Amino acid sequence: MKTTTPTADLTRGIWRENPVLVQLLALCPTLAVTNSVANSLAMGLATSFVLLGSSVLVSTVRKLVPTEVRISTYILIIATFVTVADMVLQATVPNIHKELGAFVALIVVNCLILARQEAFAAKQPVGRATLDAIGYSIGFTIALVIMGTVRELLGNGTLLGWSVFGPSYEPWVIMILPPGGFLTLGLLLVFLGWIKERGAQSVTDDVAVAVREAA
Amino acid sequence: MAELAWIFVSAALVNNFTLTLFLGLCSFFGVSRDVGTAVRMGAANTFVLVMTSIAVWVLNTYVLGSTPYLRLIAFIVVIASLVQVVEMAIKKLSPVLFREMGIFLPLITTNCAILALAIFQTNRGYGLVEGLVFALGAGAGLTMAISLMASLRETLDLADVPKVARNMGLALITAGALSLAFMGFAGLFSAE
Repeated sequence: MKTTTPTADLTRGIWRENPVLVQLLALCPTLAVTNSVANSLAMGLATSFVLLGSSVLVSTVRKLVPTEVRISTYILIIATFVTVADMVLQATVPNIHKELGAFVALIVVNCLILARQEAFAAKQPVGRATLDAIGYSIGFTIALVIMGTVRELLGNGTLLGWSVFGPSYEPWVIMILPPGGFLTLGLLLVFLGWIKERGAQSVTDDVAVAVREAA
Repeated sequence: MAELAWIFVSAALVNNFTLTLFLGLCSFFGVSRDVGTAVRMGAANTFVLVMTSIAVWVLNTYVLGSTPYLRLIAFIVVIASLVQVVEMAIKKLSPVLFREMGIFLPLITTNCAILALAIFQTNRGYGLVEGLVFALGAGAGLTMAISLMASLRETLDLADVPKVARNMGLALITAGALSLAFMGFAGLFSAE
């Protein structure tokens, strides 16, 4: 940890270490449930709830858990919160719960959550772990919503169910089908790489060369 | 018999775990650099899938009948211990294979394909035999997807690709094309 300010804890996960767009963690839900904005949002919020709950709890009990069984303990804590999230979704938004299907239960094996427990919450006090979890939750939700927006807009011509392009629009059905998920994320990563590349070039040449050699 | 065949083909091709349902993507992208490793990874996953299927059937039939809300927790604990046992067995029986698999063996625990199999099997109410066929089909589909991906990437390594698209961007777009091909199986059983 180079920086220790609360702001750094909070913002790290949102952009610079964005779990999906930079670290490429948690690809399964990112691709599977982002065929509409509503689904993406529900998945993002459910995952955020689990991440926040587990981070706070893991950080609270971090001194009581023996090192040998720590992973099993984290998994059990995560599974408990996922069961809660699953039941809440089923009770409040049954339609979305049905569309998300097994992917709500599969939050248990979302590597993003386990990674944050192991890398951060298990070593840091509750306050910092909470900020870190909030930051990563926002980053994850943003990435999901970007995917959902692109795919719903192109694949259905709508946003959150509202028609955007009017009735004459011929939807790219492929975008809301499985291949569209892979293509959207792939092109998004290429786009982000291109932006980064351009940013590096605008720096004076010497620095750019040095940066690229170091990377 | 016809129904068992349908379960197998459905799990392997029509609803391919990796390319249609987006399950187990970490190992799909992580271990698809060369074909040999990819095939072995697929085989290990298939083995764990089959073991899980049996364990889940036992749990559902004899243990979890009256406490369905404990399912998720019970499944993940059983899968984790199962992978541990498999790991110890391989280490004992074939140290060479153990070294080749490396870190990816314990990581099978957090492969969502395994937990998803447990959940699907429960939701669809499969019995022991149906569950086994389902697990074999899912394993075959997974192995096929990861080896296809590995052979594509081996070829792509020799291609001249724009710098920004190297690594994951290209891998994802390739997977998209592969997934597109598997969409062709969707009409396979339309007469059903």
